[in-house]
Amino acid sequence: MNAVIAIIRRDLLLAMRRKSEVLTALFFFIIVVSLFPLGIGPESTLLKKIAPGILWVAALLATMLGLARLFAPDHADGTLEQMVLAPAPLGLLVTGKIIAHWISTGLPLVLLAPVLGLQFDLEADALGILVVALLLGTPLLSLIGAIGAALTLGVRGGGVLLSLLVLPLYVPALIFGAGAVEAHISGLGAGGHLSLLAALLALAVFFAPWATTAALRIALE
Amino acid sequence: MSNNKIIHWFKYGSPQSFYPLAGKMIPWFWVLATIFFVIGLYISFFLAPTDFQQGEGYRIIFIHVPAAWMSMFIYLVMAFWAGLGLALNTRLSSMMAQALAPTGAIMAFLSLWTGALWGKPMWGAWWVWDARLTSALILFFLYIGFIALQAAIDDARRADKAGAILALVGVVNVPIIYFSVKWWNTLHQGASVSLTKAPSMAAIMLWGMLIMALAFWMYSIAVALTRVRAIILEREAHTEWVKELPEVKQ
Repeated sequence: MNAVIAIIRRDLLLAMRRKSEVLTALFFFIIVVSLFPLGIGPESTLLKKIAPGILWVAALLATMLGLARLFAPDHADGTLEQMVLAPAPLGLLVTGKIIAHWISTGLPLVLLAPVLGLQFDLEADALGILVVALLLGTPLLSLIGAIGAALTLGVRGGGVLLSLLVLPLYVPALIFGAGAVEAHISGLGAGGHLSLLAALLALAVFFAPWATTAALRIALE
Repeated sequence: MSNNKIIHWFKYGSPQSFYPLAGKMIPWFWVLATIFFVIGLYISFFLAPTDFQQGEGYRIIFIHVPAAWMSMFIYLVMAFWAGLGLALNTRLSSMMAQALAPTGAIMAFLSLWTGALWGKPMWGAWWVWDARLTSALILFFLYIGFIALQAAIDDARRADKAGAILALVGVVNVPIIYFSVKWWNTLHQGASVSLTKAPSMAAIMLWGMLIMALAFWMYSIAVALTRVRAIILEREAHTEWVKELPEVKQ
Protein backbone atom coordinates (compact mmCIF):
# COMPACT_ATOMS: atom_id res chain seq x y z
CA MET A 1 0.00 0.00 0.00
CA ASN A 2 2.88 2.32 0.81
CA ALA A 3 4.26 1.64 -2.65
CA VAL A 4 0.98 2.72 -4.26
CA ILE A 5 0.91 5.96 -2.29
CA ALA A 6 4.57 6.59 -3.13
CA ILE A 7 3.89 6.09 -6.84
CA ILE A 8 0.85 8.38 -6.75
CA ARG A 9 2.85 11.07 -4.93
CA ARG A 10 5.75 10.73 -7.35
CA ASP A 11 3.57 10.95 -10.47
CA LEU A 12 1.59 13.88 -9.10
CA LEU A 13 4.81 15.65 -8.20
CA LEU A 14 6.12 15.08 -11.72
CA ALA A 15 2.85 16.39 -13.13
CA MET A 16 3.07 19.49 -10.94
CA ARG A 17 6.64 20.13 -12.09
CA ARG A 18 5.50 19.93 -15.70
CA LYS A 19 2.28 21.86 -15.34
CA SER A 20 2.07 22.69 -19.03
CA GLU A 21 1.19 19.10 -19.95
CA VAL A 22 -1.72 18.96 -17.54
CA LEU A 23 -2.90 22.42 -18.55
CA THR A 24 -2.63 21.60 -22.26
CA ALA A 25 -5.09 18.74 -21.89
CA LEU A 26 -7.40 20.98 -19.89
CA PHE A 27 -7.35 23.78 -22.45
CA PHE A 28 -7.79 21.23 -25.22
CA PHE A 29 -10.99 20.16 -23.44
CA ILE A 30 -12.21 23.77 -23.24
CA ILE A 31 -11.35 24.51 -26.86
CA VAL A 32 -13.00 21.38 -28.25
CA VAL A 33 -16.16 22.12 -26.27
CA SER A 34 -16.25 25.71 -27.54
CA LEU A 35 -15.70 24.64 -31.14
CA PHE A 36 -19.02 22.80 -31.29
CA PRO A 37 -21.27 25.87 -30.98
CA LEU A 38 -19.16 27.56 -33.65
CA GLY A 39 -19.69 24.62 -35.97
CA ILE A 40 -23.34 24.04 -35.20
CA GLY A 41 -24.66 27.57 -34.64
CA PRO A 42 -25.72 29.50 -31.55
CA GLU A 43 -29.22 28.03 -31.30
CA SER A 44 -29.56 27.53 -27.56
CA THR A 45 -32.24 24.78 -27.53
CA LEU A 46 -30.18 22.58 -29.84
CA LEU A 47 -26.95 23.27 -27.95
CA LYS A 48 -28.63 22.47 -24.65
CA LYS A 49 -29.77 19.15 -26.06
CA ILE A 50 -26.36 18.09 -27.33
CA ALA A 51 -24.33 19.57 -24.46
CA PRO A 52 -23.88 16.31 -22.48
CA GLY A 53 -22.67 14.53 -25.60
CA ILE A 54 -20.25 17.32 -26.50
CA LEU A 55 -18.80 17.49 -23.00
CA TRP A 56 -18.36 13.74 -22.90
CA VAL A 57 -16.75 13.44 -26.33
CA ALA A 58 -14.39 16.28 -25.42
CA ALA A 59 -13.57 14.52 -22.14
CA LEU A 60 -12.76 11.30 -24.03
CA LEU A 61 -10.42 13.15 -26.37
CA ALA A 62 -8.78 15.11 -23.54
CA THR A 63 -8.02 11.95 -21.53
CA MET A 64 -6.58 10.40 -24.70
CA LEU A 65 -4.01 13.22 -24.81
CA GLY A 66 -2.51 12.33 -21.46
CA LEU A 67 -2.46 8.59 -22.05
CA ALA A 68 0.64 8.56 -24.22
CA ARG A 69 2.54 10.08 -21.28
CA LEU A 70 1.31 7.48 -18.81
CA PHE A 71 4.14 5.00 -19.32
CA ALA A 72 6.33 6.45 -22.10
CA PRO A 73 8.63 8.71 -19.97
CA ASP A 74 9.17 5.92 -17.43
CA HIS A 75 9.89 3.52 -20.25
CA ALA A 76 12.39 5.91 -21.79
CA ASP A 77 14.47 6.50 -18.64
CA GLY A 78 14.30 2.92 -17.34
CA THR A 79 12.07 3.58 -14.34
CA LEU A 80 9.57 1.07 -15.67
CA GLU A 81 12.16 -1.73 -15.57
CA GLN A 82 12.87 -0.85 -11.97
CA MET A 83 9.15 -1.03 -11.20
CA VAL A 84 8.99 -4.50 -12.70
CA LEU A 85 11.93 -5.54 -10.52
CA ALA A 86 10.53 -3.84 -7.40
CA PRO A 87 9.35 -6.07 -4.51
CA ALA A 88 5.83 -4.59 -4.69
CA PRO A 89 3.62 -6.32 -7.29
CA LEU A 90 3.62 -4.52 -10.63
CA GLY A 91 -0.19 -4.54 -10.71
CA LEU A 92 -0.31 -2.34 -7.61
CA LEU A 93 2.24 0.10 -8.99
CA VAL A 94 0.30 0.27 -12.25
CA THR A 95 -2.88 0.97 -10.27
CA GLY A 96 -1.04 3.80 -8.54
CA LYS A 97 0.03 5.25 -11.86
CA ILE A 98 -3.52 5.05 -13.19
CA ILE A 99 -4.87 6.80 -10.08
CA ALA A 100 -2.28 9.54 -10.49
CA HIS A 101 -3.20 9.89 -14.16
CA TRP A 102 -6.84 10.26 -13.22
CA ILE A 103 -6.10 12.88 -10.55
CA SER A 104 -3.97 14.91 -12.96
CA THR A 105 -6.18 14.68 -16.07
CA GLY A 106 -9.60 13.25 -15.16
CA LEU A 107 -10.36 15.17 -12.00
CA PRO A 108 -9.69 18.65 -13.48
CA LEU A 109 -12.14 17.79 -16.28
CA VAL A 110 -14.78 16.83 -13.73
CA LEU A 111 -14.27 20.12 -11.89
CA LEU A 112 -14.30 22.17 -15.06
CA ALA A 113 -17.26 20.48 -16.76
CA PRO A 114 -20.04 22.28 -14.82
CA VAL A 115 -18.56 25.65 -15.77
CA LEU A 116 -18.61 24.66 -19.42
CA GLY A 117 -22.07 23.19 -18.93
CA LEU A 118 -23.26 26.65 -17.89
CA GLN A 119 -22.21 27.93 -21.31
CA PHE A 120 -24.70 25.48 -22.75
CA ASP A 121 -27.44 26.60 -20.40
CA LEU A 122 -27.74 23.29 -18.50
CA GLU A 123 -29.86 23.39 -15.34
CA ALA A 124 -28.22 23.09 -11.93
CA ASP A 125 -29.48 19.57 -11.27
CA ALA A 126 -28.40 18.41 -14.74
CA LEU A 127 -24.95 19.83 -13.98
CA GLY A 128 -24.93 17.81 -10.78
CA ILE A 129 -25.70 14.61 -12.70
CA LEU A 130 -23.01 15.53 -15.23
CA VAL A 131 -20.44 15.85 -12.46
CA VAL A 132 -21.45 12.54 -10.88
CA ALA A 133 -21.37 10.79 -14.28
CA LEU A 134 -17.95 12.22 -15.07
CA LEU A 135 -16.73 11.31 -11.59
CA LEU A 136 -17.66 7.69 -12.28
CA GLY A 137 -16.69 7.78 -15.95
CA THR A 138 -13.29 9.47 -16.07
CA PRO A 139 -11.57 6.83 -13.86
CA LEU A 140 -13.04 4.26 -16.24
CA LEU A 141 -11.46 6.13 -19.16
CA SER A 142 -8.09 6.18 -17.40
CA LEU A 143 -8.31 2.46 -16.62
CA ILE A 144 -9.25 1.36 -20.14
CA GLY A 145 -6.81 3.84 -21.65
CA ALA A 146 -3.95 2.41 -19.58
CA ILE A 147 -4.34 -0.92 -21.38
CA GLY A 148 -3.98 0.84 -24.72
CA ALA A 149 -1.05 2.93 -23.47
CA ALA A 150 0.77 -0.22 -22.31
CA LEU A 151 0.07 -2.04 -25.58
CA THR A 152 1.39 0.80 -27.74
CA LEU A 153 4.44 1.46 -25.56
CA GLY A 154 7.45 2.09 -27.77
CA VAL A 155 5.52 1.24 -30.93
CA ARG A 156 5.83 3.15 -34.19
CA GLY A 157 3.07 5.77 -34.51
CA GLY A 158 1.97 4.96 -30.97
CA GLY A 159 -0.15 8.05 -30.39
CA VAL A 160 -2.50 7.65 -33.33
CA LEU A 161 -2.61 3.89 -32.86
CA LEU A 162 -3.55 4.42 -29.22
CA SER A 163 -6.66 6.36 -30.17
CA LEU A 164 -7.62 3.70 -32.71
CA LEU A 165 -7.38 1.00 -30.05
CA VAL A 166 -8.93 2.83 -27.14
CA LEU A 167 -11.75 4.94 -28.59
CA PRO A 168 -13.96 1.98 -29.63
CA LEU A 169 -13.59 0.61 -26.10
CA TYR A 170 -14.74 3.96 -24.68
CA VAL A 171 -18.15 3.64 -26.36
CA PRO A 172 -20.04 2.19 -23.34
CA ALA A 173 -18.65 4.90 -21.04
CA LEU A 174 -19.73 7.57 -23.52
CA ILE A 175 -23.21 6.11 -23.92
CA PHE A 176 -23.96 5.73 -20.23
CA GLY A 177 -22.19 8.93 -19.23
CA ALA A 178 -23.87 11.24 -21.69
CA GLY A 179 -27.05 9.16 -21.44
CA ALA A 180 -27.29 9.77 -17.69
CA VAL A 181 -27.55 13.52 -18.18
CA GLU A 182 -29.96 13.22 -21.08
CA ALA A 183 -32.16 10.74 -19.19
CA HIS A 184 -32.28 13.15 -16.27
CA ILE A 185 -33.22 16.09 -18.50
CA SER A 186 -35.95 14.08 -20.23
CA GLY A 187 -37.36 13.08 -16.82
CA LEU A 188 -36.47 9.38 -16.95
CA GLY A 189 -34.04 9.56 -14.03
CA ALA A 190 -30.32 9.02 -14.27
CA GLY A 191 -30.13 6.19 -11.72
CA GLY A 192 -29.96 3.33 -14.20
CA HIS A 193 -27.23 4.89 -16.29
CA LEU A 194 -25.17 5.83 -13.26
CA SER A 195 -25.49 2.33 -11.83
CA LEU A 196 -24.31 0.81 -15.10
CA LEU A 197 -21.43 3.25 -15.23
CA ALA A 198 -20.48 2.30 -11.68
CA ALA A 199 -20.73 -1.39 -12.59
CA LEU A 200 -18.40 -0.87 -15.55
CA LEU A 201 -16.01 1.01 -13.28
CA ALA A 202 -16.00 -1.87 -10.77
CA LEU A 203 -15.30 -4.32 -13.59
CA ALA A 204 -12.51 -2.16 -14.97
CA VAL A 205 -10.91 -1.62 -11.54
CA PHE A 206 -10.62 -5.36 -11.27
CA PHE A 207 -9.51 -6.28 -14.79
CA ALA A 208 -7.78 -3.26 -16.34
CA PRO A 209 -4.67 -3.11 -14.08
CA TRP A 210 -4.22 -6.82 -14.64
CA ALA A 211 -4.40 -6.50 -18.45
CA THR A 212 -2.18 -3.41 -18.32
CA THR A 213 0.42 -5.29 -16.29
CA ALA A 214 0.41 -8.16 -18.78
CA ALA A 215 0.80 -5.71 -21.67
CA LEU A 216 3.67 -3.91 -19.90
CA ARG A 217 5.52 -7.15 -19.31
CA ILE A 218 5.20 -7.96 -23.02
CA ALA A 219 6.47 -4.50 -23.95
CA LEU A 220 9.50 -4.89 -21.70
CA GLU A 221 10.48 -8.39 -22.83
CA MET B 1 -3.47 -45.39 -26.35
CA SER B 2 -5.04 -42.06 -25.53
CA ASN B 3 -1.59 -40.74 -24.85
CA ASN B 4 -0.65 -41.43 -28.45
CA LYS B 5 -3.62 -39.46 -29.69
CA ILE B 6 -2.66 -36.42 -27.67
CA ILE B 7 0.84 -36.47 -29.11
CA HIS B 8 -0.64 -36.97 -32.53
CA TRP B 9 -2.75 -33.83 -32.23
CA PHE B 10 -0.09 -31.64 -30.72
CA LYS B 11 2.13 -32.59 -33.62
CA TYR B 12 0.12 -30.18 -35.77
CA GLY B 13 0.78 -27.41 -33.29
CA SER B 14 4.18 -26.90 -34.89
CA PRO B 15 4.31 -24.78 -38.03
CA GLN B 16 6.53 -27.35 -39.74
CA SER B 17 3.94 -30.14 -39.67
CA PHE B 18 0.94 -27.85 -39.99
CA TYR B 19 2.19 -26.22 -43.19
CA PRO B 20 1.77 -29.31 -45.43
CA LEU B 21 -1.44 -30.33 -43.62
CA ALA B 22 -2.96 -26.91 -44.32
CA GLY B 23 -1.82 -27.21 -47.91
CA LYS B 24 -3.71 -30.50 -48.23
CA MET B 25 -6.86 -29.13 -46.55
CA ILE B 26 -7.17 -25.89 -48.51
CA PRO B 27 -8.45 -27.41 -51.80
CA TRP B 28 -11.12 -29.35 -49.91
CA PHE B 29 -12.41 -26.22 -48.23
CA TRP B 30 -12.46 -24.44 -51.58
CA VAL B 31 -14.47 -27.33 -53.07
CA LEU B 32 -16.93 -27.22 -50.16
CA ALA B 33 -17.18 -23.44 -50.39
CA THR B 34 -17.89 -23.62 -54.13
CA ILE B 35 -20.55 -26.32 -53.71
CA PHE B 36 -22.30 -24.38 -50.95
CA PHE B 37 -22.04 -21.11 -52.88
CA VAL B 38 -23.61 -22.67 -55.98
CA ILE B 39 -26.46 -24.27 -54.02
CA GLY B 40 -26.92 -21.22 -51.81
CA LEU B 41 -26.96 -18.75 -54.69
CA TYR B 42 -29.32 -20.98 -56.67
CA ILE B 43 -31.74 -21.07 -53.73
CA SER B 44 -31.42 -17.37 -53.08
CA PHE B 45 -31.95 -16.28 -56.68
CA PHE B 46 -34.28 -18.91 -58.15
CA LEU B 47 -36.01 -20.91 -55.42
CA ALA B 48 -36.65 -18.30 -52.74
CA PRO B 49 -39.91 -16.49 -53.50
CA THR B 50 -40.16 -12.74 -53.87
CA ASP B 51 -40.93 -11.15 -50.53
CA PHE B 52 -44.38 -9.57 -50.57
CA GLN B 53 -43.22 -6.57 -48.52
CA GLN B 54 -39.65 -6.04 -49.62
CA GLY B 55 -39.79 -7.24 -53.23
CA GLU B 56 -36.60 -8.52 -54.80
CA GLY B 57 -34.40 -6.25 -52.74
CA TYR B 58 -34.51 -8.54 -49.73
CA ARG B 59 -32.28 -11.07 -51.54
CA ILE B 60 -29.23 -9.19 -50.34
CA ILE B 61 -29.76 -10.76 -46.91
CA PHE B 62 -28.36 -13.99 -48.35
CA ILE B 63 -25.01 -12.20 -48.42
CA HIS B 64 -25.61 -9.77 -45.59
CA VAL B 65 -26.65 -12.11 -42.78
CA PRO B 66 -23.92 -14.73 -43.35
CA ALA B 67 -21.31 -11.95 -43.52
CA ALA B 68 -22.58 -10.45 -40.27
CA TRP B 69 -22.59 -13.86 -38.57
CA MET B 70 -19.09 -14.62 -39.77
CA SER B 71 -17.76 -11.22 -38.67
CA MET B 72 -18.86 -11.95 -35.09
CA PHE B 73 -17.88 -15.62 -35.15
CA ILE B 74 -14.42 -14.94 -36.57
CA TYR B 75 -13.75 -12.42 -33.80
CA LEU B 76 -14.47 -15.12 -31.21
CA VAL B 77 -12.31 -17.68 -33.03
CA MET B 78 -9.54 -15.11 -33.44
CA ALA B 79 -9.64 -14.24 -29.74
CA PHE B 80 -9.64 -17.96 -28.90
CA TRP B 81 -6.48 -18.60 -30.92
CA ALA B 82 -4.87 -15.42 -29.65
CA GLY B 83 -5.64 -16.38 -26.05
CA LEU B 84 -4.34 -19.89 -26.63
CA GLY B 85 -1.17 -18.46 -28.11
CA LEU B 86 -0.75 -16.21 -25.08
CA ALA B 87 -1.44 -18.95 -22.56
CA LEU B 88 0.48 -21.86 -24.10
CA ASN B 89 3.05 -19.77 -25.96
CA THR B 90 2.37 -21.65 -29.19
CA ARG B 91 3.47 -19.76 -32.24
CA LEU B 92 0.98 -21.34 -34.61
CA SER B 93 -2.05 -20.22 -32.56
CA SER B 94 -0.93 -16.60 -32.78
CA MET B 95 -0.28 -16.95 -36.50
CA MET B 96 -3.81 -18.32 -36.86
CA ALA B 97 -5.22 -15.29 -35.03
CA GLN B 98 -3.22 -12.97 -37.26
CA ALA B 99 -4.44 -14.82 -40.36
CA LEU B 100 -8.09 -14.58 -39.31
CA ALA B 101 -8.16 -10.84 -38.61
CA PRO B 102 -8.27 -9.53 -42.21
CA THR B 103 -11.00 -12.02 -43.16
CA GLY B 104 -13.03 -10.94 -40.14
CA ALA B 105 -12.56 -7.29 -41.01
CA ILE B 106 -13.68 -7.95 -44.59
CA MET B 107 -16.78 -9.77 -43.31
CA ALA B 108 -17.60 -6.87 -40.99
CA PHE B 109 -17.13 -4.41 -43.85
CA LEU B 110 -19.20 -6.56 -46.18
CA SER B 111 -22.05 -6.75 -43.69
CA LEU B 112 -21.99 -2.95 -43.27
CA TRP B 113 -21.84 -2.36 -47.02
CA THR B 114 -24.61 -4.77 -47.93
CA GLY B 115 -26.61 -3.45 -44.99
CA ALA B 116 -26.38 0.03 -46.46
CA LEU B 117 -27.42 -1.25 -49.88
CA TRP B 118 -30.39 -2.99 -48.29
CA GLY B 119 -31.27 -0.05 -46.07
CA LYS B 120 -31.61 2.48 -48.88
CA PRO B 121 -34.63 0.88 -50.61
CA MET B 122 -36.15 -0.54 -47.37
CA TRP B 123 -35.67 2.26 -44.86
CA GLY B 124 -35.01 5.07 -47.33
CA ALA B 125 -31.60 5.74 -45.79
CA TRP B 126 -28.12 4.37 -46.37
CA TRP B 127 -27.44 4.41 -42.70
CA VAL B 128 -29.51 4.58 -39.53
CA TRP B 129 -28.06 4.62 -36.04
CA ASP B 130 -29.60 1.29 -35.26
CA ALA B 131 -28.09 -0.82 -32.48
CA ARG B 132 -26.98 -3.58 -34.83
CA LEU B 133 -25.44 -1.26 -37.37
CA THR B 134 -23.60 0.74 -34.78
CA SER B 135 -22.22 -2.28 -32.96
CA ALA B 136 -21.18 -3.84 -36.30
CA LEU B 137 -19.32 -0.60 -37.06
CA ILE B 138 -17.55 -0.76 -33.70
CA LEU B 139 -16.67 -4.41 -34.30
CA PHE B 140 -15.11 -3.32 -37.59
CA PHE B 141 -13.05 -0.72 -35.67
CA LEU B 142 -11.91 -3.41 -33.24
CA TYR B 143 -10.66 -5.53 -36.14
CA ILE B 144 -8.84 -2.55 -37.64
CA GLY B 145 -7.26 -1.81 -34.26
CA PHE B 146 -6.05 -5.40 -33.94
CA ILE B 147 -4.55 -5.40 -37.44
CA ALA B 148 -2.98 -1.96 -36.95
CA LEU B 149 -1.41 -2.93 -33.62
CA GLN B 150 0.11 -6.09 -35.07
CA ALA B 151 1.37 -4.20 -38.10
CA ALA B 152 2.97 -1.50 -35.94
CA ILE B 153 5.11 -3.88 -33.87
CA ASP B 154 8.15 -5.21 -35.70
CA ASP B 155 8.98 -8.04 -33.33
CA ALA B 156 6.59 -10.83 -34.34
CA ARG B 157 6.37 -12.45 -30.90
CA ARG B 158 5.63 -9.16 -29.20
CA ALA B 159 3.05 -8.36 -31.87
CA ASP B 160 1.39 -11.72 -31.19
CA LYS B 161 1.16 -11.18 -27.47
CA ALA B 162 0.09 -7.54 -27.61
CA GLY B 163 -2.54 -8.45 -30.19
CA ALA B 164 -3.73 -11.30 -27.98
CA ILE B 165 -4.30 -8.98 -25.04
CA LEU B 166 -6.17 -6.55 -27.28
CA ALA B 167 -8.32 -9.34 -28.72
CA LEU B 168 -9.16 -10.64 -25.24
CA VAL B 169 -10.01 -7.15 -23.96
CA GLY B 170 -12.15 -6.76 -27.08
CA VAL B 171 -13.98 -10.03 -26.44
CA VAL B 172 -14.89 -8.91 -22.92
CA ASN B 173 -16.04 -5.60 -24.36
CA VAL B 174 -18.06 -6.80 -27.33
CA PRO B 175 -21.15 -7.82 -25.30
CA ILE B 176 -20.88 -4.67 -23.18
CA ILE B 177 -20.67 -2.53 -26.30
CA TYR B 178 -23.55 -4.39 -27.90
CA PHE B 179 -25.88 -3.93 -24.96
CA SER B 180 -24.87 -0.35 -24.32
CA VAL B 181 -25.54 0.51 -27.95
CA LYS B 182 -28.85 -1.31 -27.78
CA TRP B 183 -29.99 0.62 -24.70
CA TRP B 184 -28.69 3.86 -26.17
CA ASN B 185 -30.80 3.18 -29.22
CA THR B 186 -34.00 2.48 -27.26
CA LEU B 187 -33.47 5.59 -25.17
CA HIS B 188 -33.17 7.76 -28.24
CA GLN B 189 -36.21 6.21 -29.90
CA GLY B 190 -34.19 6.06 -33.09
CA ALA B 191 -34.93 3.71 -35.95
CA SER B 192 -38.02 1.70 -35.19
CA VAL B 193 -37.42 -0.66 -38.08
CA SER B 194 -35.90 -3.92 -37.03
CA LEU B 195 -35.30 -7.25 -38.64
CA THR B 196 -36.76 -9.05 -35.64
CA LYS B 197 -40.16 -7.49 -36.21
CA ALA B 198 -40.31 -8.67 -39.79
CA PRO B 199 -42.70 -11.54 -40.45
CA SER B 200 -41.06 -14.89 -39.92
CA MET B 201 -39.40 -15.92 -43.11
CA ALA B 202 -40.27 -18.82 -45.35
CA ALA B 203 -38.40 -22.06 -44.73
CA ILE B 204 -36.70 -21.93 -48.13
CA MET B 205 -35.26 -18.48 -47.36
CA LEU B 206 -33.89 -19.77 -44.07
CA TRP B 207 -32.28 -22.70 -45.86
CA GLY B 208 -30.74 -20.41 -48.42
CA MET B 209 -29.32 -18.28 -45.65
CA LEU B 210 -27.93 -21.25 -43.73
CA ILE B 211 -26.28 -22.73 -46.81
CA MET B 212 -24.81 -19.37 -47.71
CA ALA B 213 -23.51 -19.12 -44.14
CA LEU B 214 -21.83 -22.51 -44.59
CA ALA B 215 -20.33 -21.29 -47.86
CA PHE B 216 -18.96 -18.19 -46.13
CA TRP B 217 -17.63 -20.35 -43.34
CA MET B 218 -15.77 -22.70 -45.70
CA TYR B 219 -14.47 -19.73 -47.67
CA SER B 220 -13.17 -18.10 -44.47
CA ILE B 221 -11.37 -21.30 -43.44
CA ALA B 222 -9.81 -21.71 -46.88
CA VAL B 223 -8.62 -18.11 -46.99
CA ALA B 224 -7.36 -18.14 -43.40
CA LEU B 225 -5.40 -21.34 -44.01
CA THR B 226 -3.87 -19.89 -47.16
CA ARG B 227 -2.90 -16.79 -45.23
CA VAL B 228 -1.50 -18.75 -42.30
CA ARG B 229 0.69 -20.68 -44.74
CA ALA B 230 2.06 -17.42 -46.06
CA ILE B 231 2.68 -16.20 -42.50
CA ILE B 232 4.47 -19.47 -41.63
CA LEU B 233 6.74 -19.10 -44.67
CA GLU B 234 7.47 -15.49 -43.77
CA ARG B 235 8.25 -16.11 -40.12
CA GLU B 236 10.06 -19.42 -40.50
CA ALA B 237 12.07 -18.28 -43.52
CA HIS B 238 15.30 -18.79 -41.57
CA THR B 239 14.63 -22.49 -40.83
CA GLU B 240 15.99 -25.48 -42.72
CA TRP B 241 12.66 -27.09 -43.45
CA VAL B 242 11.35 -23.98 -45.20
CA LYS B 243 14.48 -23.82 -47.33
CA GLU B 244 13.94 -27.48 -48.26
CA LEU B 245 10.38 -26.87 -49.52
CA PRO B 246 10.05 -27.38 -53.28
CA GLU B 247 8.07 -24.14 -53.73
CA VAL B 248 10.78 -22.17 -51.91
CA LYS B 249 13.72 -23.89 -53.64
CA GLN B 250 12.74 -22.77 -57.12
